[in-house]
Amino acid sequence: MPGAIYAEGLVKTFGDVKALDGVDLDVPEGTVLGLLGPNGAGKTTTVRVLTTLLRPDSGRAVVAGVDVLKHPNEVRRSIGLSGQFAAVDEYLTGRENLTMVGQLYQMSARDAKRRSVELLERFNLADAADRPAKTYSGGMRRRLDLAAALVVSPPVMFMDEPTTGLDPRNRQGLWDVIQELVAGGTTLLLTTQYLEEADRLADDIAVVDHGKVIARGTSDQLKQRTGGERIEVVVHERDRIADARGILSGHGAARGAAADVAVDQHTRKLTVPVSGGAKLLAEVIRDLDGAGIEIDDIGLRRPTLDDVFISLTGHAAERGDTDTDTDAKAGAKADADTDTTLSEDQS
Amino acid sequence: MSTVDAPGAPRRPVAPKARGGVVQSFSDSLIVARRNLIRMLRIPEVIIFGLFQPVMFVVLFSYVFGGSISIPGAGTDPEDYRSFLMAGIFAQTVTFATAGAGAGIAEDMHKGLIDRFRSLPMARGAVLTGRSIADAVQTALTLLVLAVVAVLVGWRINEGILKALGAFGLLLLLGYAFTWIGALIGLTVRTPEAATSGGLVWLFPLTFVSIAFVPSQNMPGWLQPVAEWNPFSATVQAARELFGNLPPGFQAPDAWPMQNPVLASVLWSVLIIAVFRTLAVRKYRSATG
Repeated sequence: MPGAIYAEGLVKTFGDVKALDGVDLDVPEGTVLGLLGPNGAGKTTTVRVLTTLLRPDSGRAVVAGVDVLKHPNEVRRSIGLSGQFAAVDEYLTGRENLTMVGQLYQMSARDAKRRSVELLERFNLADAADRPAKTYSGGMRRRLDLAAALVVSPPVMFMDEPTTGLDPRNRQGLWDVIQELVAGGTTLLLTTQYLEEADRLADDIAVVDHGKVIARGTSDQLKQRTGGERIEVVVHERDRIADARGILSGHGAARGAAADVAVDQHTRKLTVPVSGGAKLLAEVIRDLDGAGIEIDDIGLRRPTLDDVFISLTGHAAERGDTDTDTDAKAGAKADADTDTTLSEDQS
Repeated sequence: MSTVDAPGAPRRPVAPKARGGVVQSFSDSLIVARRNLIRMLRIPEVIIFGLFQPVMFVVLFSYVFGGSISIPGAGTDPEDYRSFLMAGIFAQTVTFATAGAGAGIAEDMHKGLIDRFRSLPMARGAVLTGRSIADAVQTALTLLVLAVVAVLVGWRINEGILKALGAFGLLLLLGYAFTWIGALIGLTVRTPEAATSGGLVWLFPLTFVSIAFVPSQNMPGWLQPVAEWNPFSATVQAARELFGNLPPGFQAPDAWPMQNPVLASVLWSVLIIAVFRTLAVRKYRSATG
């Protein structure tokens, strides 16, 4: 049974760039999927297809039980979108922005007004409700944008890099809001370039690269795939590396196989996959000490999502604003190249 | 009709069922128009600067060129030219709303607002229609102020108030039609700066190669038909007739739009709306910010 968000074989080409090369997704109702990927991986394009803004060249998508390509206007009743930029009218007050969005969701003026009062309270904007949004701070604008996406309490939410450009305090605040939202049963698809964000908010993570989902699973599963824990040792003297290697290979997960120990001569760092945790670490320290090998540093490391990312994509996640630019440009090109009009149904 | 296409459990959307059709188009357009009018009130500079240019033209043309442009059937009295000029300035002013409409829509695209609107279950043409309604209100205000200035420099209506209102109606219709050209430009160029210059650059030849400032009879022979068939000229000629601003001995050129200016003005405006509204709404529906 397809989940609240379901996509199958989404393909979208802009000129000779394949932005989506067969994206499949399945997000069970009430869960959070983190879409994680490097620059131009196709995260934003995926969101644009699922939110009816962009028509794919091929593939199928169902959101909240409704076919996205056949009945875009039905889908729009059930979704909330918070894009990369705070999409609020700067010259309208917070209250006016929310009321307008509510009315365009076809709520009556009275309901829309009542709802905006609730949302302004909830997002801590009540004091600024009657000030034009251009007087708001970046964090306030983001909150207003998120409130606008929640005007109808949509069962399915899409957030495209919700915390990009926010300072740590505001990011934390927004995370709290998102967690509260999800606790209420909303299905959420979230794109992010912050691995920490995916780790913290998402039930499941799909790693996308070059328009394809290259891995999926829970944060723990992905970390496990990259390899379990390992011990890292930095020895003090370069000519003791060989001795240290011998000791480490005896403790490694692949017992006795010396090749299992990775050695970086330059930094004098040795790494070995292990499966014994802190107890094993103590043993290794004892053995190294017993052999008279002086060490500068030693530690038990568990893989981070960063490691997962590098091992899956072959490169680190790049942070900064370039990703948003790439995706936005790819999106912009769509318009120039093809007629991407979605057929409307006003039924 | 069932809109549940997947075997998944159908979920009840929280947004009320769209009413659809003309009623929804109209109410959605008014909601967007209201938004644009609120913006206008909060950025009064735009209206004020929008008035500078036409007022300057009134003064410059009346007092600098006035004496040297002769109108067939009239003497060289600058008063005659001043009366003749006003309809041209009015018409030019309403068409300049094009640039504002384009810049506003390009800005909405740029800031991601168009994406937000497109993700809402609203009528498909409403964002653009709402904008053009708000622009028409602004244009009407501008015309009102300009008419007062015109009266101060000696312009008069000579055919009664009803015909004069008809002339203003034709001018507003022309302006409304031109905002759809602006909308298409704004959706195409994507940056407010480009929309402003792209919205203005073609307006100069359009408004000057017309009968707005100089009678076509004063132009070289090959240019006369261009000026007389210019959609812009039809409205100018119609307004002149309805205001009673043509000198008694003036002979309208033989071209059909000059002989039937009111009808020609309406036809041109309706044609422009039909073509450019269709193109702009299409473009909007596939727009990506």
